Amino acid sequence: MTHDPTDASNSDLELLAFRVGEQEYSVDIMKVREIRGWSPATSLPHAPDYVRGVINLRGAVLPIVDLSARLGMDPIEATSRNVIIVMQLETQTLGVLVDAVSDILTLQKSDIQPPPELANGKASSFISGLTIVEDRMIRVIDLAGVLPETGQAAA
Amino acid sequence: MDPMAEIKASFFVECSELLESLEEGLLQVQGGDTDPETVNAVFRAVHSIKGGAGAFGLDDLVHFAHRFETVLDEVRSDRLAIDADAVLLFLKSADSLSDLVAAARDETPVDEAKNTVVIAELETLMPGGGDTNETSNDADQELNFAPMTLSLDLPAIGSQVDADIGEVTDEAAATTPVWTIRFTTEKGLNQSGNEPLFLMRALAELGPVTAICDTADLPSLKVLDPSQTNLHWDLTLSADTSQTDIEEVFEFAQGLCTLAITKNTSDQSTPDTADIEALPDLPDLPALPDLPAPSVDDQAPAQPATENTPHEAPKPPAPTPTKAAPVAATVRVDLERIDRLVNLVGELVINQAMLSQSLSAQNLTSNTTISTGLDEFQQLTRDIQDSVMAIRAQPVKPLFQRMSRIVREAAHDTHKKVRLVLEGEATEIDKTVIERLADPLTHMIRNAVDHGLETPEKREQSDKDPEGTIHLRATHRSGRVVIEIQDNGAGINRERVLSIAQSKGLVPTDAVLSDAEIDNLLFMPGFSTATEISNLSGRGVGMDVVKRAIQSLGGRISIQSTPGHGSTFSISLPLTLAVLDGMVIEVSEQTMVVPLSSIVETLTLADAEIQTLDQGTQVVHIRGKFVPLLDLAVEFGYRAPNVIPEDAVVLFISAEDGEPYALVVDTIHEQRQVVIKGLADSYGYVPGVAAATILGDGKIALILDPVDLIARAGSPDTPTALSMAG
Repeated sequence: MTHDPTDASNSDLELLAFRVGEQEYSVDIMKVREIRGWSPATSLPHAPDYVRGVINLRGAVLPIVDLSARLGMDPIEATSRNVIIVMQLETQTLGVLVDAVSDILTLQKSDIQPPPELANGKASSFISGLTIVEDRMIRVIDLAGVLPETGQAAA
Repeated sequence: MDPMAEIKASFFVECSELLESLEEGLLQVQGGDTDPETVNAVFRAVHSIKGGAGAFGLDDLVHFAHRFETVLDEVRSDRLAIDADAVLLFLKSADSLSDLVAAARDETPVDEAKNTVVIAELETLMPGGGDTNETSNDADQELNFAPMTLSLDLPAIGSQVDADIGEVTDEAAATTPVWTIRFTTEKGLNQSGNEPLFLMRALAELGPVTAICDTADLPSLKVLDPSQTNLHWDLTLSADTSQTDIEEVFEFAQGLCTLAITKNTSDQSTPDTADIEALPDLPDLPALPDLPAPSVDDQAPAQPATENTPHEAPKPPAPTPTKAAPVAATVRVDLERIDRLVNLVGELVINQAMLSQSLSAQNLTSNTTISTGLDEFQQLTRDIQDSVMAIRAQPVKPLFQRMSRIVREAAHDTHKKVRLVLEGEATEIDKTVIERLADPLTHMIRNAVDHGLETPEKREQSDKDPEGTIHLRATHRSGRVVIEIQDNGAGINRERVLSIAQSKGLVPTDAVLSDAEIDNLLFMPGFSTATEISNLSGRGVGMDVVKRAIQSLGGRISIQSTPGHGSTFSISLPLTLAVLDGMVIEVSEQTMVVPLSSIVETLTLADAEIQTLDQGTQVVHIRGKFVPLLDLAVEFGYRAPNVIPEDAVVLFISAEDGEPYALVVDTIHEQRQVVIKGLADSYGYVPGVAAATILGDGKIALILDPVDLIARAGSPDTPTALSMAG
């Protein structure tokens, strides 16, 4: 995971690829703060089903989103072999539960295609691009879409 | 930030403190305080603002402060008697001054016209017009000015404001003998590691010291030996001491310096401050030559004393206005640092909980040294925590004082006569709470003036004092701070409130509501009782926003109102936003924390009698009373309704209106102090949950908000209007 800033020209992009079910996704590695094993989360009442709850990340409260459930697939049966990818979005930190981390990819920005307009499924709003690596299709996740839609602090 | 901007920023911080003391002083005068020191304090505050503003070229501010100060000076020197109207005008001037400071700080335009009016009014107070003896006054003021402790970190401003008058000399002047010491260094003093500065400091421990450096023997740069000091000092010490004691100070430098010690009688001085390098505060000594340094530059500034006045006794004290109240020493600390400390202490508390948990897991129970040590550790942690919280705690006084301005302005705008009575201003709350309380409180005070109090005519008709009274009160009550805003106005017009709510569709037209329920309608979004939107309360903020702001602080708000006698709004707030005492409970294998402050009583369910009313509603019969039952697991969706385990426990919770509710949980684990970790920032708002915390095993537990939970009971997702009002 060495990231040499000297060769990070404008068009270079490093992605962390991971598996959810049978599919492969990826996210900009600069957004990833750390990768940790699954530990049981404290569930939140009235939360959407894809929010697994919150865990203690060195004294901070970290919400965990089950990416599989978030994308409309079956929830992940979490075991110690599953992985939580801790990501930083603007000011918010979010843990994303996935099946496994698979690869680190270095690509050109031009290697990534926008998702086809046709996509009608729920997943489309979470995917900002597609790319092919060694004949595998890898989806680039739009993190903002993954964020839990929590209620505003309504009284 | 460039240094100038930094100095300027701290000038504005200082200004706000000065404005506070200005207003406080004026309010004291208004309350009948005739102590001349109070007027002096008021004058000094304005004068300091003027001085600082002058240093930054804030002309508008200087101009206004100058006029204000001139009038105050007349008052101070008893040439002008003040009456109630004058005090009101002074308060108005203080408001304008505060506006000007704010304008200068934010670089926004000022309301020239208003200030001109105030200035004109001020001028009319002056006997024989404003400007006549202005210049003489000025000189006078500079001399009379007593340095304020506040300007410690602002030497640049301070030195422009006032002459350097050392306060130390006060007590020395009277009877203490004055010693003059001619201290001449000789070759080898520096080589032996001696440092004249330290010697002088040691000397200063005997009493106030004045040092004058004589550089007459300083050779030219060409022949200067940098290892030589070549300097003499004329030291003046006023202390009741003996020659031996003084010699003792220089003991280590014996043979390396010459001392000529003479004892003087006290008063032979000419008060010539300019030539005296006062030494009230020794750390300032670096203004003297940097001794071992050879450069002439360094020594040049040390020459103010070449004019020979070697036997100066300390200058008699400047005519300081009498008996300045002792000011406690304070340190100004960046809030961020305190917050970091608070967080660290939070971690410490969690860590300590983890330790004791792992200790009990090892079955190392009582009487081992480890467990006693851990007990002490726990005690210390608690003490540290309390102290850290005390740092963050601040009296509500400044906040309350700001409200007096709000009342003045609101009263003026509505043509009502209002007296604001402040009580319990010394009550301390967490700084964050105070800051976030300002807006809701402002709004409620405006409301009290605008809606609460009647017009003077109406008040007279109902045999009331035409001047309305608003009490703003802070008290500590069972681990919380309660702030009350009480007016003696007409009280809530419930008929009107209800009809408005009905016309706005907030409640069904056939609803029968209790008085308390009607009062609570005020907190509903989209409710506003003012038939005509006044400039005051029609600012797009309703009481619902106030309520939400209070709730976000972990507080509650309630109303009591008696028709014809006025209304009281009570805000109850937690002392701190960081820690709470909680009861650790378990519900459907989830560990949670209930704030101890909300629990009235606990009971095992076996002792209580459960009755089922219509579908879903259950009550507990306890001591002749029926209390509604609420299953926490059901509320949170962990369990189907009506299957309460046999050995469950009920917690009696007091709802906002004082009615008890019984909350069913599975088991109670323990009582402990928990660190509050906000959930709203990392995740969002969860109904019925106030925050989260980290338990001894490192897991996160949710902290419940029982009152919110009760309010939402039965309507988990679509809260009806009424439950929101509760």
